[in-house]
Amino acid sequence: MPPIISRGFRGRRGDAPPGRVPPGQYVTRDFPVLSAGPTPHTPLDRWSFTITGEVDEAHRWTWAEFRALPAEEISADIHCVTKWSKLDTVWQGVGLDTLLDGIETSAEYTVAFSDGGYTTNVPLADLTGGKAWVAFSYGGEPLEPQHGGPARMLVPHLYFWKSAKWVRGLRLTAVDEPGFWETNGYHNYGNPWREQRYWGD
Amino acid sequence: MDELMLDGNAVAGMLGEVFAVEMTTATMICGNCGMAGAVGATHVFRGAGVVLRCPHCDNALVKIVEGGTRMWMDFGGMRTLEITL
Amino acid sequence: MTWQVADVVGVVAETPHVKTIMFDVPGWPGHRAGQHVDVRLTADDGYQAERSYSIASAPDGTRVELTVVRIGDGEVSPYLTGQLRPGDQIELRGPVGGYFVWEPPLGGPLLVAGGSGVAPLMAMIRLRAAAGSDVETRLLLSSRGWDDIIYRDELQRLNGNGLTVVHTLTASQPPGWTGYARRVDTDMLAEVGPGPAERPRVYVCGPTPFVEAVAEALVHLGHQPQHIKTERFGPMGS
Repeated sequence: MPPIISRGFRGRRGDAPPGRVPPGQYVTRDFPVLSAGPTPHTPLDRWSFTITGEVDEAHRWTWAEFRALPAEEISADIHCVTKWSKLDTVWQGVGLDTLLDGIETSAEYTVAFSDGGYTTNVPLADLTGGKAWVAFSYGGEPLEPQHGGPARMLVPHLYFWKSAKWVRGLRLTAVDEPGFWETNGYHNYGNPWREQRYWGD
Repeated sequence: MDELMLDGNAVAGMLGEVFAVEMTTATMICGNCGMAGAVGATHVFRGAGVVLRCPHCDNALVKIVEGGTRMWMDFGGMRTLEITL
Repeated sequence: MTWQVADVVGVVAETPHVKTIMFDVPGWPGHRAGQHVDVRLTADDGYQAERSYSIASAPDGTRVELTVVRIGDGEVSPYLTGQLRPGDQIELRGPVGGYFVWEPPLGGPLLVAGGSGVAPLMAMIRLRAAAGSDVETRLLLSSRGWDDIIYRDELQRLNGNGLTVVHTLTASQPPGWTGYARRVDTDMLAEVGPGPAERPRVYVCGPTPFVEAVAEALVHLGHQPQHIKTERFGPMGS
């Protein structure tokens, strides 16, 4: 039975400029907070970002070292698989190209891992070439804990569950290792423009 | 304590679509810490999907994703589920 | 259990920001006091939003009442409180929840509510009244001010015959107010009672921070965790 339409219900949606919004998405002016677990609160003097896995040696940055790296301002549209899109979001972050610079690997896949145990897998090629960052600022302010602060992945060309909050590192892997949601129904790759939300899409 | 956190009551409807019996009164045993408790007392988080976590150790007991006509459930974080028929 | 059509038969203002919506749900299987429903709204372009609301009414045939707080920038509550009129339809799924339920002949409960968290506890109080029960029941209700107390007049009428209603007003108090004027804390819970030696069933409902603080205080006082049932509504103002 098709759902009953409730007279006059619109929800609270913003305008969707043509071509900016992937299929099945609605524009929001808020920044909804979605989380798979409690907000971690790792003190900055204990924070680190590590690139490990299929590398000769692990590369690790403390917060001070991470913040000393060249950073960029990024303006991006972000798309959550729960159907909201937020346009023209502004971030500051360190490009994965910068973090991976000089690191040799034969790996073609990665797993981003976070405080609290969350993981998500992204092909290495989708993190390089100016497509991904470790972001530490949103809207001109330090990234709030509820939005993934002190630092999160930012991979805007994929559904936003691939932009792991509270990220602590990247494991480079020889084989693809589906992460927290990819093992439970969400699409392994997650391209919003092809509406790759779930397994088999 | 997370302001956004709900408890197992919040997923009663979703689970009720699948299970023929009342689920919030079912007892779960955590596969990580071994503590037992009602599903209604678990901590529920809504991310891309829904996660039920152990109120004692935060272990992810259950993951649920709803997508159109399909639903995926992972009970791997739970050791045992006891339901009253 | 799946989505059922619910017809709006009435809308009542409880406080300046809160309304109770009365539904008739054909085929409603009945419910227990404390249970809730999931509500689904569909726009004409297919956009959908879902929220959960506690059933505020005692079981009564096909009638279901939901009490909704209007959140200014909310997506669903402004529609439910501002637009719905008799004849409109929404979808409900339920009733759900057997964990957070009270009914006679269970012993008299201690009910602790923050704001709209009083809704499922009101279903329990109304059921108790309809059943003619005089089992000792205490409600500790935290509201911002006198005009924000949901079901204020009805609670005043039902007070007595074993039911004790205690208010605490956290933001503003009327002239001459001699009642509690602060957030629920351990001392207040100890004074309102009953104490842990009586092993009461306790039901706590409201915003997540409220429920967390109250549950912690109750355990601190010595109440058994397994006798404390909680229902968290999420962030303040949700």
